[in-house]
Amino acid sequence: MTGADTVARAEVTPGEPQPYAELGLTDAEYARILGTLGRRPTRAELALYSVMWSEHCSYKSSKVHLKQLAAKAPASAALLAGIGHNAGVVDIGQGYAVTFKIESHNHPSYVEPHQGAATGVGGIVRDVLAMGARPVAVMDALRFGPAPAPDTGRVLPGVVSGISFYGNCLGLPNIGGELDFDPCYAGNPLVNALCVGVMRHGDLQVASASGPGNQVIVFGSATGPDGVGGASVLASAAFGGGPARAAAAKRPSVQVGDPFLEKLLVECCLELFAEGLVVGIQDLGAAGVACATTELAAAGTGGMRVRLDAVPLRDASLGPPEILMSESQERMMAVVEPARVGRFLEVCAKWEIRAAVIGEVTDSGRLVMTWHGEVVVDIPPGSAADGPVYDRPAERGADQAALAADDPAALPRPADGAALRADLLALIGSPGLADKSWVTDQYDRYVRGDTVLAMPEDGGLLRVDSATGLGIALAADGNGRYCRLDPYLGIQLVLAEAYRNVAVTGARPLAVTNCLNFGSPEDPAVMWQFAEAVRGLADGCASLGVPVTGGNVSFYNQTGTSAIYPTPVVGVLGVHDDVRRRLSIGFTREAGQASPAAGGEAAIVLLGRTEAEFGGSAWAHVRHGHLGGSPPAPRLDAERRLAGLLAAACADGLLSAAHDLSDGGLAVALAESCLRGGAGCQVRLPGDPFTWLFSESAARAIVAVRPGAEAAFGALRAAHDVPGEIIGRVGGDRLVVEGCFAIPLAELAAVHTAVLPALFG
Amino acid sequence: MRIGVITFPGSLDDRDAARAVRLAGAEPVALWHADRDLRGVDAVILPGGFSYGDYLRCGAIARFAPVMSELVAAARSGLPVLGICNGFQILCEAHLLPGALTRNSGLRFVTRDLRLRVENDQTAWTRGYRRGEQIVLPLKSGEGAYMAGPGTLAELEAGGQVVVRYAGGNPNGSAAGIAGVCNAEGNVVGLMPHPEHAVSELTGPSTDGLGFFTSAIAAVAG
Repeated sequence: MTGADTVARAEVTPGEPQPYAELGLTDAEYARILGTLGRRPTRAELALYSVMWSEHCSYKSSKVHLKQLAAKAPASAALLAGIGHNAGVVDIGQGYAVTFKIESHNHPSYVEPHQGAATGVGGIVRDVLAMGARPVAVMDALRFGPAPAPDTGRVLPGVVSGISFYGNCLGLPNIGGELDFDPCYAGNPLVNALCVGVMRHGDLQVASASGPGNQVIVFGSATGPDGVGGASVLASAAFGGGPARAAAAKRPSVQVGDPFLEKLLVECCLELFAEGLVVGIQDLGAAGVACATTELAAAGTGGMRVRLDAVPLRDASLGPPEILMSESQERMMAVVEPARVGRFLEVCAKWEIRAAVIGEVTDSGRLVMTWHGEVVVDIPPGSAADGPVYDRPAERGADQAALAADDPAALPRPADGAALRADLLALIGSPGLADKSWVTDQYDRYVRGDTVLAMPEDGGLLRVDSATGLGIALAADGNGRYCRLDPYLGIQLVLAEAYRNVAVTGARPLAVTNCLNFGSPEDPAVMWQFAEAVRGLADGCASLGVPVTGGNVSFYNQTGTSAIYPTPVVGVLGVHDDVRRRLSIGFTREAGQASPAAGGEAAIVLLGRTEAEFGGSAWAHVRHGHLGGSPPAPRLDAERRLAGLLAAACADGLLSAAHDLSDGGLAVALAESCLRGGAGCQVRLPGDPFTWLFSESAARAIVAVRPGAEAAFGALRAAHDVPGEIIGRVGGDRLVVEGCFAIPLAELAAVHTAVLPALFG
Repeated sequence: MRIGVITFPGSLDDRDAARAVRLAGAEPVALWHADRDLRGVDAVILPGGFSYGDYLRCGAIARFAPVMSELVAAARSGLPVLGICNGFQILCEAHLLPGALTRNSGLRFVTRDLRLRVENDQTAWTRGYRRGEQIVLPLKSGEGAYMAGPGTLAELEAGGQVVVRYAGGNPNGSAAGIAGVCNAEGNVVGLMPHPEHAVSELTGPSTDGLGFFTSAIAAVAG
């Protein structure tokens, strides 16, 4: 006797009360388990169902909405694997495929910022690895409470050091991301990590356990009590308190990362893939062994037999429920043909990776787990993998109408040049728009030697093939203010910004990933935000012709009844035909120098149409603490034309710089381009200076046209049907807006760079 | 010309070092930490990274790798050896170079493109530069503050063993702004900044790092 709660025991103790409610299962969900099994579940089965049916693993509240993303997805020849895999896979040509995904680690990062953020990076890297790709870069989208708040001083430095620690030690360049602050994120910081990987077409791996007799191997870190908070309920219920309960209560709910082990795991997996030793593979993330075994089995032949006592443990006191629920990091599960197990273990030994055969694939249709010979789990795997689905009530929040009616047109505007100057300095000196070097200097952007563009560029750009110059561009964007005003339009603006950020590097946008950060789905107003956002994303992707390849949902980002702004973060991947022709956002002296041959300085062209659109704008937020009205109108057709123009102009070598216009409008974009490249500019605005400087109309960018290329660019612009006009020239060492103000670059730089060091040391 | 690049568990910039060797005109040869074999190479690079996860102390475990016994003997016989970042830390732990690397004074990891002054243009890895020349290389490290006792520092200065020094402000609290040093013979060089990340305008802040690799090729060619 092991003391475990076996299936045999469950059959003879049908009336024994089970702590399902404490594990987060509803009465109806528990009844569904009873119906499936025809008996009460064992403790191990209860543990398994509770984690598999959690919101995090089952997407039970979001599924009914997320279906649209696939249903409305535009036809794309580039998509090799779509939604439902560990990560989507996109064909970028020349035999290469790229996989990318973004995922949240919000709650752990609030509890323990350093490890929470670090393990967020580790988890998304394993998702990409599990597709068969070599992870090649990471990005992160971060949001915190008010910058000066004491708790932000605890959370932000810890999160940044965690990302730095894990990503740097893993040898992945961090090529971009974003950082913003708002009181709504106090207590609910957002830490979204994106990873991108590259493979050859033939390298794609599958997450399924096929072929009866094939062996199931868990490898990587040993399993410990990390993140088994829920299991303490089982321990207490099972043993009625005492030492076991006390020990369980001390177990951490946050995992601890070991990036060194992950680096070895990456190299080990890639060698296993290259030798063709793997039939199926799955990373162990949330819900660990429970999730990997059920999903592999459900997606494969359908049955699996697992010896839980064969799982290598870091803590010998763990029992079946804890082993199933443990979220210990740096673990993978592989399905391997019996004849190849020997070689598989040899490769693991070379990389000093622990590996253990824990079971085999069967055609029984049952997932059976034993503990020292006794059966403790016996379920149809599909019953756990395909959990309940809820169509939760959704209702437009009562405050939406008042919010929309609170038009920013009523806000006092800067009256003269001096006031416009002060507004620009206030914007670039606000924490959300300030120079991010305090954060990004802690990340390695050079490792692997293929980083062509990284922060503070609009998009990250990586070289994939050094012979042809083929590369990939990536951007991740979010905007809680726009989405709070109107989640449908807001997410389309976010999507458009990421799309545009990829386009300004000269790349062609190809595919979309997303991380949907929202409050509680049990609040109908939040559910309405979610439904609107997903509908907006699906429609937006259809309009732009880019499919969603995968994503992640993070609910319950709220304190009490107060939810975060709906904050979907959208990642866009693009392909760059030749990274040697990449465009930076920086105005450079070379471009600005008078060249007798070419005839002058680089002209600055403002592309797109500028309207007075200030709802949710950075200006209203920074200068007036105001959020109201409607967000700018998304112009998705115009975005497509703009992206087409940028790619063509980049290929023709007509431009020396390109920068998208978003938060803070033209004023902030000009300041950033000047500071990035170290050259000033002089512009004349065609109309009301305030509108032209600070409006956030979508589908706009500024470009610096190479001297002598103005006519060619003008023709190309007309051919792509993109409105635009020359507003000035690159040059000098000041940002000059004629008739309004002039700011020396040194003054701009001082204001821009002082903010984060002053806040965080 | 064959230049070896050692991969330890946790080495990260081995690929970059090999690329720099190739761009400089030599053949990179992959060396494995567990092999007691330098495969007859003409020079060796210990690349950046986090060997053994920086556990215990940066470089403290890697120095006991089987390949290191071969390397120490060869270095003492004059083989050109370059340690970059974690490689520098390993060379210090192996006592092929004096001093030690400690936590940055700011206690944070620092990635920054920095101006450096070449102080010694006679070593196997810097003979392609001019003494006093300023170059730009990326620094990226959390434990890059060079430390040594006062006697050792005086000896390094007097003996010309300071190879490169930070020229635009001290980023990490290194003693005397030292970014890299060499042994008395000048064949073993270690530095914290990364010359292998400054070999192409496309991916680096400059091409100033290429000189380290072309210098070694010239040194071996004699």
